[in-house]
Amino acid sequence: MGHFKNMDYKKKKKYNRDRSKQCGRREFLKGTAKAAAIGSTAMVFGCGNGLFGSKDKFALQWKEYFKKNYRLMTQEEKDETVQRLELLAKVKRDADIQMSSKEPIEGVLFGYAFNVTRCEGFMECVAACVKENNLDRKAHTQYIRIFEMEPGEMTPESGNGQYFHEVPVENHFYMGVQCFHCQNAPCVRACPTKATWIEPDGIVVVDYDWCIGCRYCMAACPYYGRRFNWNEPHVPLREMTKKQHYLGNRMRTRGQMEKCTFCVQRSRQGRLPACVEACPTGARVFGNLLDPKSEIRFVLKHKKVFRLKEALGTDPKFWYFID
Amino acid sequence: MMKKSSGKGLISFLQDSVLWNLSGGIGYQLYLCLLAATMMLGGYAYLVQFKVGLTATNMNDIVSWGFYISNFTFLVGVAAAAVMLILPSYIFKDKDLHKVVIIGEVVAVGALVMCMMFVLVDLGGPLNAWHLLPGIGILNWPSSLLSWDIIVLNGYLALNLFVPAYIVYSHYNDREPNEKFYRPFVFLSIFWAFAIHLITAFLYEGLPARPFWNNPLMGPRFLASAFAAGPALITVVLYIIHTTTTFKITTQTFNKLRLIIVVSAIINLIMLFSEVFKEFYTPTHHSLAAEYLFFGLKGHDSLVPWIWTAISMNILATLTLAFNPGRNNPKVLFPACILLFVGIWIEKGIGLIVPGLVPSPLGEVVDYAPSWVEICITLGILAFGIFIVTMLIRPALIIEQQFEAEK
Repeated sequence: MGHFKNMDYKKKKKYNRDRSKQCGRREFLKGTAKAAAIGSTAMVFGCGNGLFGSKDKFALQWKEYFKKNYRLMTQEEKDETVQRLELLAKVKRDADIQMSSKEPIEGVLFGYAFNVTRCEGFMECVAACVKENNLDRKAHTQYIRIFEMEPGEMTPESGNGQYFHEVPVENHFYMGVQCFHCQNAPCVRACPTKATWIEPDGIVVVDYDWCIGCRYCMAACPYYGRRFNWNEPHVPLREMTKKQHYLGNRMRTRGQMEKCTFCVQRSRQGRLPACVEACPTGARVFGNLLDPKSEIRFVLKHKKVFRLKEALGTDPKFWYFID
Repeated sequence: MMKKSSGKGLISFLQDSVLWNLSGGIGYQLYLCLLAATMMLGGYAYLVQFKVGLTATNMNDIVSWGFYISNFTFLVGVAAAAVMLILPSYIFKDKDLHKVVIIGEVVAVGALVMCMMFVLVDLGGPLNAWHLLPGIGILNWPSSLLSWDIIVLNGYLALNLFVPAYIVYSHYNDREPNEKFYRPFVFLSIFWAFAIHLITAFLYEGLPARPFWNNPLMGPRFLASAFAAGPALITVVLYIIHTTTTFKITTQTFNKLRLIIVVSAIINLIMLFSEVFKEFYTPTHHSLAAEYLFFGLKGHDSLVPWIWTAISMNILATLTLAFNPGRNNPKVLFPACILLFVGIWIEKGIGLIVPGLVPSPLGEVVDYAPSWVEICITLGILAFGIFIVTMLIRPALIIEQQFEAEK
């Protein structure tokens, strides 16, 4: 099972090789800048990890262990846990992360549309998602799956989610699936600890630290939208996305559920999710469903759209359309 | 036979119980050692799993529940089946079954303890299990069926511990237990037994994402198979007690149990037939899971030998128990009950859980077989359950026999 994820990812890596060669020097310069930054924080802390004793680290972890469900925290408590997590990232991995607990913006309900005609199966979106959301490189977790479809079919169930060849293949089309952020989400109903819920801006999120890892939500999801950390996830420090959100791309640990969050760390700052930004064919549309002038509203109004497994009444906020 | 000490009261009761449990012949000591060794093996395997995470199992994002949840589901049935002894013995005052009802209750306790352990070892974050406790954590009740299940399983465990413990403790102190006091709890436990099994079935039945589970027959079929497998296990336990201790079980008791098993097993088979008919007379997309289970799909057929073995065992055992060729001879009943028990274990365990998850919602088909860690942990938990049952039954039977003798 981890196998096909592996293959997708490898293919992707090959695709990217040329690009990474080009920016080799820039990476190097960035690295030096980073080293300087780490040096200065070390001075602030005293002298790196030396003075920040194991006792303090234990105290931080202790407080983290007994913290509340994110939804029950006051803003003060949210700030505290975010600070603790930043500090712990520094102490444990020497990572300088900036974590946000930004609340949803009022009057925003996020929606997503996928242009089946345009997607050519390059999987730029998958790679961008893996990078942006700090997905486990060891198990090759990916939130997005792309299915290669034969004409005459319109459900990924009949498509091929494990293709390993040059794309696009003639007379085939491509369908991307990820968490559909159902407005009537079966996973939210299933969770025994209320560790997953729908935010006011429509994003279905997981409080990773509150999740007990029972995987009932996974059984309840009709779209294969959720991923479990079977092993301790690993992301190389230099590849880590440092701008993080508590409900988004912060580092998970083993035994926790995770999923697509419409890149909450980006979308709540008014930016597009990484997959939308990365798509070279413009097949992905994202925006505010409550804004009549948004692109997503244009698509819903002027294109013929459909959703997967409508019969289940899950009301996904993810539409497919054909040009 | 072991005598109880002259003392009375709780401390002496506990002391005597421990003493009786530790003393026994060489065979008994070996049996305890074997159980201890298996439990330690399970403990070691769990340490491995705890350290590396659930990657030590063969579960994955498609087969996200495996051997642990399969065993959990089956054992809920075994626990619920105690009601098949409680109902006739406490309510209809059946003398034959009343003599062995305590054994049924103890088997239920053992099964429930195993259920909880299977759920606990299946958790990705066992250290976060306190998040479930109302008060310090959040229990998503009534929305999540899993929260219902936690409540009913713990409640049933409490009931099945409390009533027999009260009766045995009264007998230990040479008094008749106050029936008016414990009768309401017995009534409650009868309803509760149906609840634990129905709610565990609803856990799966309530998921439209999984057509194989999203089937209204699930609940009733769970009950029927449980009322066959549970009493079958109780018959096996009774036979072991009958042959290894001075506590003798009458042929009438075995016969009554046999009738309960036969009726339930036949209903179970009828429902199985109904399900198979629905899936294969007009196969739809939703029948793919059944096809995967019974015949294999896209070259993946790891469950096929298991399910056909299970069905053959079920039919053979049901016929044997129905036609009763040994005239209630335990030597015939015993293997038939084991056959039925194992058949239902496969069918209601791995044969129920894995096809619910395969093919995945996106149509992907994979195979699943438990890893050595899963097998060792499972063996460890089963050994622990058997240990619990032994530790509870021995003192209970000694006290009951002495109370009968003194009467």
